[in-house]
Amino acid sequence: MLLYSSIAKKVFMAMAGLFLVSFLCVHLGINLMLLKDDGGRAFTEAATFMGTNALIKIFEIVLFAGFLIHIFFGMLVSGQNKSARPTLYAVSNHSDTAPFSKYMFHSGIIVLIFLVLHFFDFYFIKIGLVAPPPGVSAHDFYHRTLLLFASPWYSLLYIGCFVVLGIHLNHAIQSAFQTLGWNHSKYMDSVKLLGSIYSFVIAAGFTLVPVFILFFRR
Amino acid sequence: MKFTLKIWRQENAKAKGEMISYDVAGISPDSSFFEMLDTLNQNLVMTGGDPVAFDHDCREGICGTCSLYINGRPHGPVKGVTTCQLHMRSFTDGDTIHIEPWRAKAFPVVRDLIVDRSAFDKIIQAGGYVSVNTGGVPDANTIPVPREKSEAAMDAAACIGCGACVAACSNASAMLFIGAKISHLALLPQGEVEAAKRVQKMVASLDELGFGNCSNTYACEAECPKGISVSNIARMNRQFIGAKLFAEKEKIVRDSL
Amino acid sequence: MTRLNARIPEGPVASKWTAYKSASRLVNPNNKRKLDIIVVGTGLAGASAAASLGELGYRVKVFCYQDSPRRAHSIAAQGGINAAKNYPNDGDSAYRLFYDTIKGGDYRAREANVYRLAEVSNQIIDLCVAQGVPFAREYGGLLANRSFGGAQVSRTFYARGQTGQQLLLGAYSALSRQIALGNVTLFNRRDVLDTVLVEGRARGIITRNLVTGEIERHAAHAVVLASGGYGNVFFLSTNAMGSNVTPAWSAYKKGAMFANPSFTQIHPTCIPVHGDTQSKLTLMSESLRNDGRIWVPKKVKDVEKLRNQSIKPADIPEEDRDYYLERRYPAFGNLVPRDVASRAAKERCDAGFGVGRTGVAVFLDFADAIKRKGHDTIDALYGNLFQMYEQIVAENPYETPMMIYPAVHYTMGGLWVDYELMTTIQGLFAIGECNFSDHGANRLGASALMQGLADGYFVLPYTIGNYLSTEIHTPRFDTSSSEFTIAAQAVTDRLQQIKNCGGKESVDHYHRRLGKIMWEYCGMARNDAGLTEALYQLTELRHEYSRGVRIPGGLDEYNPELEKACRVADFIELGELMVRDAQQRRESCGGHFREEFQTSEGEALRNDDKFAFVAAWEYKGREVSANLHREELQFNEIKLSQRSYK
Repeated sequence: MLLYSSIAKKVFMAMAGLFLVSFLCVHLGINLMLLKDDGGRAFTEAATFMGTNALIKIFEIVLFAGFLIHIFFGMLVSGQNKSARPTLYAVSNHSDTAPFSKYMFHSGIIVLIFLVLHFFDFYFIKIGLVAPPPGVSAHDFYHRTLLLFASPWYSLLYIGCFVVLGIHLNHAIQSAFQTLGWNHSKYMDSVKLLGSIYSFVIAAGFTLVPVFILFFRR
Repeated sequence: MKFTLKIWRQENAKAKGEMISYDVAGISPDSSFFEMLDTLNQNLVMTGGDPVAFDHDCREGICGTCSLYINGRPHGPVKGVTTCQLHMRSFTDGDTIHIEPWRAKAFPVVRDLIVDRSAFDKIIQAGGYVSVNTGGVPDANTIPVPREKSEAAMDAAACIGCGACVAACSNASAMLFIGAKISHLALLPQGEVEAAKRVQKMVASLDELGFGNCSNTYACEAECPKGISVSNIARMNRQFIGAKLFAEKEKIVRDSL
Repeated sequence: MTRLNARIPEGPVASKWTAYKSASRLVNPNNKRKLDIIVVGTGLAGASAAASLGELGYRVKVFCYQDSPRRAHSIAAQGGINAAKNYPNDGDSAYRLFYDTIKGGDYRAREANVYRLAEVSNQIIDLCVAQGVPFAREYGGLLANRSFGGAQVSRTFYARGQTGQQLLLGAYSALSRQIALGNVTLFNRRDVLDTVLVEGRARGIITRNLVTGEIERHAAHAVVLASGGYGNVFFLSTNAMGSNVTPAWSAYKKGAMFANPSFTQIHPTCIPVHGDTQSKLTLMSESLRNDGRIWVPKKVKDVEKLRNQSIKPADIPEEDRDYYLERRYPAFGNLVPRDVASRAAKERCDAGFGVGRTGVAVFLDFADAIKRKGHDTIDALYGNLFQMYEQIVAENPYETPMMIYPAVHYTMGGLWVDYELMTTIQGLFAIGECNFSDHGANRLGASALMQGLADGYFVLPYTIGNYLSTEIHTPRFDTSSSEFTIAAQAVTDRLQQIKNCGGKESVDHYHRRLGKIMWEYCGMARNDAGLTEALYQLTELRHEYSRGVRIPGGLDEYNPELEKACRVADFIELGELMVRDAQQRRESCGGHFREEFQTSEGEALRNDDKFAFVAAWEYKGREVSANLHREELQFNEIKLSQRSYK
């Protein structure tokens, strides 16, 4: 994989990234069921479906592969980028750039850290790697979520991470189009706009859950 | 006008460099940036100092020789101009101006503010041409070219090869430079013939030379003195992906007599 | 006795080149591989020659002082390239292009060479298009043409205001391809400081590696100089800072004759000088004259008001404006040839009607064109030039007229060459601006690009073969021979001498002085007394220079002051030769205007009986005057007449 050309690496990253973007949409859909005032029935149902359906199980592997590819190439490319400028400027660069585009690696790392935490809180419990907190069963994601968001600190961290993810996505979506060469003078502005809207919806949607729980479910 | 200049001085490629401070005074606001540096150098020669080496030639913004990184921006604060067309009226009297060479692994410093950009020549040698020989070509009007395409090709062909895109890029990537050349040729029927081969060869050469990858920050477009668009990078990516996916396997052709 | 033989083929002018090509000797492909050629310079002529010779199979070494071949100053040509395609169906032909070029050059160019140039012009366009040069096109997809000074047909092909750049990048790409194939070896950042002769033939060069300071020797079976013009003798010119005469001058000192050195072109549309620290002048494309109208105020009191800024140019009513070109030359108007336009501007400024802060500028006004064609059309045609002007002058040409003044731009003179482009040294060729051959006493717009590429792509590859066919038995040369050793030593000694002269002034100080002398006495208008004075001052300057210059740094390192010092030393010597040439030519023709020889209306007055010749100068030594040789010009096709653009 080290032998792939610079563009090929970016293409893999972009495709994996776009796949993850679509996954976020599904994830958000399920999360938003938490807002339903039915004692978590709909949410649990969806979570159980996701946890047991055979097709989804297979898809889970694809999803993990997507994460790994995106992260692996992200690290690799960033490392190469660093080494392309061994001596730094005395005055750091002031050029106009696409918003936050210079900090994709940094925002990516924050999202990655969050992802690890998130795994400890849910996925590892589900597969039995980590013991569930007392009084909650390993498959009861609903109460687990309520418990976590009961802590304002955790909620704040969670919201913070999704703001960072939103920023990451805002550049990432149009950037993926650029990398894949899906560029057209007529449509590029719309792609950028829709990408921004999408990343806002994702960030806002995920943020909505802890806010809702914090203020209406106590 | 008077200025304090902080300039990178480095005796040769192997020496260790540092920023040195100089003062210049009596500069006309109508002077170009290089005329200001000329004044500094004149003073240095007269007082027994060592003049600052910097690359420059045409001084009208077209040869692409000049290459200064001024106050954190390639070619300085004014958009769409090269350093040689930067005038001192764009600065404020008494300013401190930081002047550094382009920084990239592929552009090693030769001396002071001069870098070696032969990597760009190598990229062009890898495929930045149409393989035609002198003579034996058809009449110029044989193949009509839609005006929009020829204009888009000209937009890309306006590249002066100065390297500001590399200097501005946080990854020292040369994607705009190579994207411009690939687009220019691919947009014209004359260049389209070997487009698939060209893009693969040029990208391979780019990777070998130690430039970084593109992370679509678009600093290159912002700093390009000729305003070359990053849409050329997208076009190159598209070409590259197409070529890798769909170009036929290469066959060795033997001309037998 | 004259040593000059132009070796022009027999027969009618239109069939000379065909006849030459049919009769010239060829080199077998196997033998081409055994023959080395050195090309000095990578502008249009050098790059195209090196690429074409590489394609043919010769082993080529190409040299440039820049960091990349793509930076040669051909890149700065804006307007366009002429060709007799007759695409607009306006009556153009090779003959008409030939006629216009001879007439534009005021009948001081060689008919046979110029006809050949016109003949191959069409092939250049074909090749450039095939290389991917994005020439301007019509909506139907076919090539567009524009008109240019000195012609009544539209025959100029262009790529926005960057034609030179696009053509050079075309040649550079062809060259790059040959470099990749291993047929051409590139030596960048090299100054060519001497030509090496072995048994009277050019066999190599001595170069200085500008980065390491190393003195290098390179041998070949033939040497091609494509090192450009010498406009920088005036210090302020539109040439690049590094443009220099040194390779040509070193060849001159080794026996190549220098022809018509005083023929320099002053370009009418440049941005006026702003002050004392100015380092170079910027040209605005001549194509601006297609739509811009040149004028100065009719009344001196308006001039004064403009100068103290109490009125704006637009405040001067139509009847108080003097559109002097339209007034004096109703047929061609603002499109008269460059020399005529330049002198007319000087005449008005000398008469006290110059505008701008310094009083040495005239207006180039687009108000009418904008009204007639609309802002957008003008923007499409000249947008980049307007932008450039605004960047430099900080005035918007859409709102207030541009100010322009003539500046040194091109040198028609250069190394004397015969029909084969060979100098008086066997095996030493000169192409492009470096030679003297095609433009006579004045070059027409958009003809420099044409000549550079014609020489490099379509003429030299044939003619050099004719010479090299006799060299196939000559083995590759060893650079350790005594000729190379002596030449290399001489170069080292010279550098040492310049470095150690122990003066106090910078090189630029002397270069500026040289420029002032040349501009004052050997510029747009010359006279005998002034030229005598110039000669005196130049001798003085040369002596002062040899003791007065200070070069910091060492010989074996990157040393731009040392580079400049060598170049300026040559420029000073060249200046003397230019003045001598201007002095001997007791007539006015093209860019050479002697005040003593003018018509009652102030137009150039030629003397065809006495001066219809090429003045070729032979070097005789540093303190000895050069020897003048005459190549009489035969005009069989064209009847000599007073140039008239009325």
